[in-house]
Amino acid sequence: MKFAKTKLAVACLAASLMAPAAAMASELVLPSLDYRTGPYAPGGIPYANGYADYFALLNERDGGINGVKANVVPCETGYNTKKGVECYEKTKNIGSGALAYLPLSTGITYQLIPKVTADKIPLVTIGYGRTSARNGEVFEYVFNPPATYWDGATVAIKHVIDSEGGEANLKGKKISLVYHNSAYGKEPIRTLEKLAEQYGFELTLLPVDHPGQEQKATWLQIRRGQPDWVLMWGWGVMNQVAIKEASSIRFPMEKFIGVWWSGGENDVLPAGDAANGYKALNFVNVGSDFPLFADIKTHVYGKGKAVDPDFKDRIGETHYNRGIYAGVIVAEAIRKAMEIHDTKELTGEMVKEGFEALEISDARWAELGLPGFTGAVKLGCSDHRGPSKIAVQQWNASAKKWALISDFVEPMDDVTTPLIKEDSMAYAKENSFEPRKCM
Amino acid sequence: MFYRETGQFKTNYTDDRAIFPIAQDRYGMIVILAVAYLVVPFFVNDYWGNAILLPLLIYTLIALGLNVLVGYCGQISLGTGAFMAVGSYASFKLMTSFPGLDFAVVVVLSGFVTALVGSLFGLPSLRIKGFYLAVATLAAQFFIIWLFNKVSWFYNDSATGQINAPERTSLLFEVTGPNAPILYKYFFCLIFVTLAAWMTKNVVRGRIGRQWMAIRDMDIAAELIGVRPLTTKLTAFAVSSFLIGMGGALYFGVWLGAAEPTEAFGIDQSFLILFMVIVGGLGTIMGSFLGAAFLWLFPIAFKNFMVDTLGLSTAMSEHLQIILMGALIIFFLIVEPHGLARLWQIFKEKLRIWPFPH
Repeated sequence: MKFAKTKLAVACLAASLMAPAAAMASELVLPSLDYRTGPYAPGGIPYANGYADYFALLNERDGGINGVKANVVPCETGYNTKKGVECYEKTKNIGSGALAYLPLSTGITYQLIPKVTADKIPLVTIGYGRTSARNGEVFEYVFNPPATYWDGATVAIKHVIDSEGGEANLKGKKISLVYHNSAYGKEPIRTLEKLAEQYGFELTLLPVDHPGQEQKATWLQIRRGQPDWVLMWGWGVMNQVAIKEASSIRFPMEKFIGVWWSGGENDVLPAGDAANGYKALNFVNVGSDFPLFADIKTHVYGKGKAVDPDFKDRIGETHYNRGIYAGVIVAEAIRKAMEIHDTKELTGEMVKEGFEALEISDARWAELGLPGFTGAVKLGCSDHRGPSKIAVQQWNASAKKWALISDFVEPMDDVTTPLIKEDSMAYAKENSFEPRKCM
Repeated sequence: MFYRETGQFKTNYTDDRAIFPIAQDRYGMIVILAVAYLVVPFFVNDYWGNAILLPLLIYTLIALGLNVLVGYCGQISLGTGAFMAVGSYASFKLMTSFPGLDFAVVVVLSGFVTALVGSLFGLPSLRIKGFYLAVATLAAQFFIIWLFNKVSWFYNDSATGQINAPERTSLLFEVTGPNAPILYKYFFCLIFVTLAAWMTKNVVRGRIGRQWMAIRDMDIAAELIGVRPLTTKLTAFAVSSFLIGMGGALYFGVWLGAAEPTEAFGIDQSFLILFMVIVGGLGTIMGSFLGAAFLWLFPIAFKNFMVDTLGLSTAMSEHLQIILMGALIIFFLIVEPHGLARLWQIFKEKLRIWPFPH
């Protein structure tokens, strides 16, 4: 009897010690630093919905990842770096700790790079953030698949070359860059300057200040300068204003190319028919004709699990698809991390290793219900971007649809690689640390 | 009953001119300082430190700076964001050019650089007043931010114009960079704020402060009794920018760790600090603390309450928070146009005669 009591007491004690560990395994904490308010909300809402819906689908349909449910914790940043920092500090210690951060803001990314490196939590910047973070030897915890702004700039110029009928025709041409006057908008400048040198075109830089509604002067300059092509690095309300202004000065829309963040439905719809022919880069396919989206409609929206139930008819918008892409990358990295460490209790450090071993082949994309959605992904210790494939999409105003008008092409890595090396080493030197060595 | 000066006799000038002539105030201040220095450090974690205490201290320092200019000297300025930027960029250049320099020295030097720039932009104040001066400082705001965007020397040619604070130490304690313990960061800022508040309090009680207030209340009368407008207004600009510049260096170096000119130092910052000063109370040291606390803590408290406790969606809570904040600011300014500090003062006056009101 006495013995049984002792045994019971020991069991209880053991259980109470085990209990927190068991509770830890019950969920994957994934903060979503999103924004549904402010001048950047037009882009922020569909992206945040895509990301949240993907994990809601995994939870509802598959019971989470390997039986562990994902807990997507939304935190409103308003695209403001100070609020972003507050959100980061608030969410990083929830439960067993946050496993990945996706701030959807280049400014917040820059803010968080040193912090996540110290806290050992992966920072995943899908198509934005610091380009030189591709160098995993310097930026250990930052990942930027599948494309960076520098890649985008080279593909935009590739498209210009194709349209003009060869590299030789670029000589003496005038190309203007209309950009958001922030770290985000300035990213492509260095690459474009290099390309201008290489191909002999003339580059004009036209900054637009936050939030980007005031662009009259910019477009007056374009009207006066008569550039052959206009590239745009804009976000939020800035895009729709730019497209409207371009149409009001009758700039030919097919010579106006936006980066992927300037290629959403919200950006072109306000300009109506005038936006017809406007182009934008993209790293995912357009539309909602993928088996995964049918699953989302039944399991997430059908069961009332969506964060934003009114969004149902907008599934398949370009920014939404990028949110889905981000969700897939994070989920697959978590799956990989579980496989490597053979555990369901992950830490940020393990997820980092999952990212560095991440490989999503075309077959795997099809298996996930997204055949032909994007190119294959393969990251490594020193290469945190992996293979990059970027296409050009064009807006059809009468059908109110985007359509890809080119294949997924590779960016000019020969141009960007030396620049990445230079920029990342400068970062290491500025912060006086020695880059790690990758095998 | 508890708060009363009965029996506290002042028998010499030193006692009469003490910062806190009433014993209860003196003890109160000692208790507050003891809590800040000895109790809070035991409870400070990453979230409380980085998201609440550091910004609170830094914004207090900056609001104190603006209060010197607007509250004590009556010169309206909308260029606070730009002066913070000057402090930040000065500290960035100093940190990267002289890696061995103690960070406390960097902060003070950044303050001096900003004081120089601030005095330069204070020169128009001799000729223009009020709204016209506000517009002139607004020009400073736009010009300085444009300059930091344009000239790559300021951001060491980084590809994006973003500046990052490298890891630096002060007296062998690491205070900048992601690896610096929050405790060191907190103490570092706390010491600066304490010293700045103490220094400012004494300056405004002395000759210089009286001159500022004379200029503020009626500049022509002040000139007639022998206050020199040139030196007075420029010292106000210099002291104000000195504090704002130190605040800017802490804002970038200790708290944020990275900054880009348009977003971190935009016109929004200037307005935010001005609101802090107005809501807190013009021309009071206390007001700077209360204003910074009100405008920084309430939005976060609202957000946490509405999202975590009430379970509202983040977008809804953000909108509600903006509405509530606006309503609260209007309410406070209607109830007490002289700010929160004045409310506290009235409370103390009532306390002195309690329980026997007139």
